[in-house]
Amino acid sequence: MNITVTVNGTTYERDVEPRKLLIHFIRDDLDLTGSHIGCDTGNCGACSVIVDGTLVKSCMLLAVQANGAKVETVEGLSEGDELTKLQQSFKDHHALQCGYCTPGMLMSATALLRDNPHPSDDEIKKGLQGNICRCTGYWNIVEAVKAASE
Amino acid sequence: MLLREVGYARPSSLDEALALLAADDGARALAGGQTLINVMKARAGSPDALVDLSAINELKGIELGADGTLEIGAMTTYTEIMASSEARARPILGEVCAQIADVQVRNRGTIGGNVCTNDPTNHLPPLLAAIGAEFTIAGREGSRTVSAHDFFLGVYMTAVSQGELLTSIRVPAGRSDGFAAVTLGIEGTCIVSAAASLNGHARVALGCVDAVPVVLDLEATTEDAVRAAVKGANIDPPSDVHASAEYRTHLAEVLAVRAVRDAQGS
Repeated sequence: MNITVTVNGTTYERDVEPRKLLIHFIRDDLDLTGSHIGCDTGNCGACSVIVDGTLVKSCMLLAVQANGAKVETVEGLSEGDELTKLQQSFKDHHALQCGYCTPGMLMSATALLRDNPHPSDDEIKKGLQGNICRCTGYWNIVEAVKAASE
Repeated sequence: MLLREVGYARPSSLDEALALLAADDGARALAGGQTLINVMKARAGSPDALVDLSAINELKGIELGADGTLEIGAMTTYTEIMASSEARARPILGEVCAQIADVQVRNRGTIGGNVCTNDPTNHLPPLLAAIGAEFTIAGREGSRTVSAHDFFLGVYMTAVSQGELLTSIRVPAGRSDGFAAVTLGIEGTCIVSAAASLNGHARVALGCVDAVPVVLDLEATTEDAVRAAVKGANIDPPSDVHASAEYRTHLAEVLAVRAVRDAQGS
């Protein structure tokens, strides 16, 4: 099936099987490997991307469901080599160790800060509830998001 | 994960969707996909074709009638219910939707998908049974509206048969509602849940203790009366890795009391 998806501002036309998950389309067909597959069961959030302004887990969406949509992935957050304020804040606050969950964390935090530019600690935790990190214990991630919102 | 091969269509009208579903016994409606895609990954279900309902505007949105009745389109997401000023006419709806999973799932998951799945661990079947919701089902021959009692038929089974679609859910006016659950992790799926509605008529619905929500009419709303009503129902819940039948029976009483207290605002 032919689909047209705009990812990070670039429009791609591809022929895909309906059974292909959006995360595989992004990683394998478009070679945008920033978005990760952690659990493939919708639990971990490493594959989180923004579709038409809405945060989703791209392992729980078929690529054909994104036909006609605008998708944002971690590669599209910054322009060139400049980090976004949020990305710089993750670096400054040591909000990652192995980094596997980080692309999903960044997308969830980006979506949160768009809706709610000055979230409380509880709102940050609720906003990141769908993203699992096994290294940091979350503390520094929450600190990083809080600092980026100030 | 690579799914089994599947067909896909995204019709833009209800009639077209009903025709596609009626034409193929192996076709399944795809709502938000937050259950079905995982079911397909696990090979617990392998539909031949998916009929994506996301482009059908007739299935979306929330209307508030003059008498306070809400008409909620089956494809309305949890996030949309939480954000809707109309849905605040029955505040418990947004409160319980906010307890389902996480932001990403709430952004995609729909009220219609939740009830049509009728997984006993879902939040909405007992809630909608307690608050007296009605379900409108469309088929090629026309549509019908059924009560929760007639809608929820068994584990993963509802009154929506092959070739039909749930189109909307009608929720009567009311404010004195409550919900309590013990879940797998905060805001995870329910181990046992209870919803209470005290709008003229006191009612509790228990989730995860039987194949369908167990609805109890209460004679009084004191703790003793609620416990007696749950005991009197002689529930026989399943045992699994998360809880024994005995523990679920205990939780049903405790959570029914908490749900009633929540409905009383205390």
